[in-house]
Amino acid sequence: MRALSLAVLILLPLCSGCSGRQSALDAAGSEAARIESLFWTFTITVSAVWILVMTGLALAMRRRHEAAEPLPEPLAPDRRVEHRATITINALVIATGVILLALMVASFLAGRSGPSLAREHSLELELTGRQWWWDIRYADKDPARVVTTANEIHLPVGRAVELKLASSDVIHSFWVPNIAGKLDLVPGRQNVLFIKPERVGTYRGQCAEFCGLQHAHMALLVVVEPEQQFEAWYAAELGSAAEPGTPEAKRGKELFSKAACVMCHQIRGSTAGARLGPDLTHVGRRATIAAGTLPMTAVDLDSWIADPQAVKPGVSMPKVDLSPEDRRSIVAYLGSLK
Amino acid sequence: MRKAIASIALLCLLCACEREQRSFEQKAPPEQPVALSVLAPGGEPPNVPPSDKAKKYENNAYSVSEGKKLFSAFNCTGCHANGGGGSGPALIDDHWIYGSAIENIAATIREGRPNGMPSFRDKIPEEQIWELAAFVRSLGALIPKDVASGRSDDMQAAPSENRMIPDPFGLTNTPATTGPPQVPTPAGPAGTQPLGP
Amino acid sequence: MMSITADTRDTGLDDARLHRVLAWTWRTERGLIGALSSVDHKVIGRRYMITALMFLFLGGLAAVAMRLQLARPDSRLIGPDLYNQLFTVHGTNMMFLFAVPVMEAFGAYFVPLMVGTRNIAFPRLNAFSYWIYLSGGLFLWVSFALNIGPDVGWFAYVPLSGPEFGIGKRPDVWAQMITYTEVSALAVAVEIVVTVFKQRAPGMTLSRIPLFVWAMLVTSFVIIFAMPAVMVASTMLILDRLVGTQFFNPAEGGDALLWQHMFWFFGHPEVYIIFLPATGMVSMIVETFARRPMHGYIAVVLSLIAIGFLAFGLWVHHMFAAGIPELGASFFTAASMLIAVPSGVQVFCWIGTLWTGRPVMRVPLLFVLGFFFIFVAGGLTGVMVSSVPLDYQLHDTYFVVAHFHYVLIGGSVFPLIGTIYYWFPKITGRMLSERLGQWHFWLAFLGFNGAFFPMHVLGLLGMPRRVYTYPAGLGWDGINLFVSLSATVLAVSFLLLAVNIVLSLRRGASAGDNPWDAPTLEWATSSPPPPYNFARIPVVRSRDPLWSEARLSREVVQGLRVAVREVVITTLNEARPDLREPSPQPSIWPLLAAIAVGATFLASIFTPWAIVWGSLPVAITLIGWFWPKRVPEDEG
Repeated sequence: MRALSLAVLILLPLCSGCSGRQSALDAAGSEAARIESLFWTFTITVSAVWILVMTGLALAMRRRHEAAEPLPEPLAPDRRVEHRATITINALVIATGVILLALMVASFLAGRSGPSLAREHSLELELTGRQWWWDIRYADKDPARVVTTANEIHLPVGRAVELKLASSDVIHSFWVPNIAGKLDLVPGRQNVLFIKPERVGTYRGQCAEFCGLQHAHMALLVVVEPEQQFEAWYAAELGSAAEPGTPEAKRGKELFSKAACVMCHQIRGSTAGARLGPDLTHVGRRATIAAGTLPMTAVDLDSWIADPQAVKPGVSMPKVDLSPEDRRSIVAYLGSLK
Repeated sequence: MRKAIASIALLCLLCACEREQRSFEQKAPPEQPVALSVLAPGGEPPNVPPSDKAKKYENNAYSVSEGKKLFSAFNCTGCHANGGGGSGPALIDDHWIYGSAIENIAATIREGRPNGMPSFRDKIPEEQIWELAAFVRSLGALIPKDVASGRSDDMQAAPSENRMIPDPFGLTNTPATTGPPQVPTPAGPAGTQPLGP
Repeated sequence: MMSITADTRDTGLDDARLHRVLAWTWRTERGLIGALSSVDHKVIGRRYMITALMFLFLGGLAAVAMRLQLARPDSRLIGPDLYNQLFTVHGTNMMFLFAVPVMEAFGAYFVPLMVGTRNIAFPRLNAFSYWIYLSGGLFLWVSFALNIGPDVGWFAYVPLSGPEFGIGKRPDVWAQMITYTEVSALAVAVEIVVTVFKQRAPGMTLSRIPLFVWAMLVTSFVIIFAMPAVMVASTMLILDRLVGTQFFNPAEGGDALLWQHMFWFFGHPEVYIIFLPATGMVSMIVETFARRPMHGYIAVVLSLIAIGFLAFGLWVHHMFAAGIPELGASFFTAASMLIAVPSGVQVFCWIGTLWTGRPVMRVPLLFVLGFFFIFVAGGLTGVMVSSVPLDYQLHDTYFVVAHFHYVLIGGSVFPLIGTIYYWFPKITGRMLSERLGQWHFWLAFLGFNGAFFPMHVLGLLGMPRRVYTYPAGLGWDGINLFVSLSATVLAVSFLLLAVNIVLSLRRGASAGDNPWDAPTLEWATSSPPPPYNFARIPVVRSRDPLWSEARLSREVVQGLRVAVREVVITTLNEARPDLREPSPQPSIWPLLAAIAVGATFLASIFTPWAIVWGSLPVAITLIGWFWPKRVPEDEG
């Protein structure tokens, strides 16, 4: 009974998990799809090999003695049997070699996709890893069309994208399993990753290289949407921050520029222009707070501002002494930044 | 004998705990009143009451390292460079116009000083002001070496190690770990003295 | 009755007298000073084993703590600061303080017995290496207890461990601990190479060496070539942090990836340093319990050597995701897959031996069967992660965590536990309980697979390693809970081992010289072996001396002096008797030297001048150690 419930416990999430929003087994991008089929090729092959070896072992053990006492006399090897065993082992080793060669060729072929995506890409992103969030810049030749945001990427479905990965502090790793494999962000170099999302949806990614205290809370969202929706998002993102409508939000804006917030954050179209923390120009449109740590709701935003260190210990954002009313105003203001 | 070993072990334990502690709960020191002293250079340093927070910040590696991050993040380097000074005074020398105690430095950051040092009251949370002050003290080699943070992974302004004079006995630059705020030597107007010796 | 002088030979002595005299000559003095001065490879080997097992338990506790934290999503049991220290100390401890030393411990204890000599080569160095290892281990754990435990992961990537982001002394502790343990590992490796090459019993040609000894020999060579890389790397890290060099600072012409290359150039062979001795243990247990000599002895030896070489051509597969050029990466894919061939040869030879033998089910063999089940799976997932595209998805996830626990626990710890059951009678003279052993096996086997198999799935579902917590709702919650529960079962199974050891030490069945009727020389002496190992050095005429010879010949070496410590030196290939070589007396100097060296290492993380001032006591203790005693060198 207990075993059964345990089995259910483990199987249930397995079934639901395969179609997860952070799963390597639910490809939504060309690269992930290629790797996923390679994964199944490998898995089926090595499982077969494992079963064969275990069968061999089971057969080898069929003549066993259970706990003989004293142990039987040692056998002197029979030359004919030895000869047969040697031939069998040679054959098995050759088979191993052939299987490995086949897997190697399959792996090599699956790995050769970068060049074609490099030719067709039409969107360029610069990702900078920071302890512990993602600084995102949509590059464009026209400076007026450059978008700066954080922790959430929107991509048009079906278009190849070039990601330029860099780090401003330690090594991070960009990994959105549904879209593509990971690539590290190494200080002092720029790594380039080509991806091509192929299915609309929201996918979660996470830093995959240990980067310090809050490595666990360094997630990002990739929102893959139809071309038009993406263009609309992009256009909105280009604009300056919305002027606050309600008196509460207006008060929040004032407070924001007076308090410590302004030392680190940028809100384009206001006096806040620091580039230390994430850009907040359109923060109200994002789905999460603090690189995927909390969902973007008024309550969570309030508790985040009230004490960031309690939510994400070690994060660079300090606890700022604000009265609950002031905090409410600032939350209202940030929430209005759509 | 056994007692002695135990007490030594306990002592080590305490030092190490404090030095390496990463405390994330921020209980910022109570709001500091605006200092009423005359903020002119020269003469007596401003009389800042000593704070029990001093030890907590300047003997803690994590605070000093956080202060170091903030030092460049808040663009202190714009005037003070990497401690060598520019339009602001140097911080690696032993001239401390407004006192070298962590309380004095914190007050300097909080209230600002004439001739260019702006006030960061309400702009930088109290906690971070203390972290910055602790780091500034490390620039002047005023805190224990094993607490001070290492060099940055940047271009280096200081001469490389092979150009330094060996100091096997640690005779010079002994870190002054404790003691009252030191009396500064009278100096010219802030921001104009040359790079320290 | 003639009196014993320094020149008395064993030729004319009767057995009882010979035993008495040799026991006096090779004794370890009583009392604290005597114990600290011991140079008996068995005494030191036993200390090594006990210390390494202690570290295994401590590391296991760290693992249990981590699993408690990860049992539930968004758990607040352990904060990120402590968690990062926990996994770093767990990994560092298991690799540097448990796995390598425990293998070397068995090597130091059993290689001299298996090749039929009276002590390991350079016995004082052996004592020194133990003291250095102990101080390195204490250094790490005391630091952890003082909240200075390293928190940068067991491979301490720069810049996270570098001067700017590695805060306080924590990464220094890690880097310096490496230096301690590497010094000790290198010392033991040198001793084993020399023991195997020069001190084998007459007649034990290269093609008659027991497979465990071959495995230790190849391992020792891998250690000698791999460990310097990490010592250089950790020294460069210390220099960057404490002296101000720029090896890893890209802004000044250094390179962050340089660290990874240097670390993994050691780090990958490290895996084989842990795994190769285990293959030797498997060969040994398979032989004894299949009741026949190993099938394909030459093939297995060649595989061992091939693995030793190939181990150095794989390191980049830890770095595929760092952005390595495709052509270079493909080379390392090929090399990584290639190493599956010699590993396969060994597996097939073991199965062939079992197939053509009459296997007897005893606890050691049970653990070896568990080894097959787990290690083959781990090896095959290893083939998966060696593929560049697959590695892009699997690297740094729980899939990799599962993979390396499969190869390290399955490939190394299971044979090791089997070997503990196998050799415990030789070390203590008492058998371990077979019943408790079976319980231990089944709990360990089920606990292990329950804890680590689901981790493959976790990795595929996107869970990265080294996260101190994770959000609910990603499909990880149930699996993690199951993993944590299974991990407790695994932990409990190791408690059973401890219980078994304690109980059997008190009232285990008496073992006799050769309880398993095994073929190798360590079983030709009493259990536990006397300080001099063999009253008369046997002469070997085959690979399985106790099976084919005990019943045939009783040839022994004669003419060794009995009142001074002497070992037989034989030629490298044919093992023809060559020299009588004096073996060093017990000495307290290795301990003093180790204290001096350890203190120098420790102080050097606080000031580089420690190296200068520390060299004085180190020099004094080394002079004391090597002070000439006017002992004639050798007399041919």
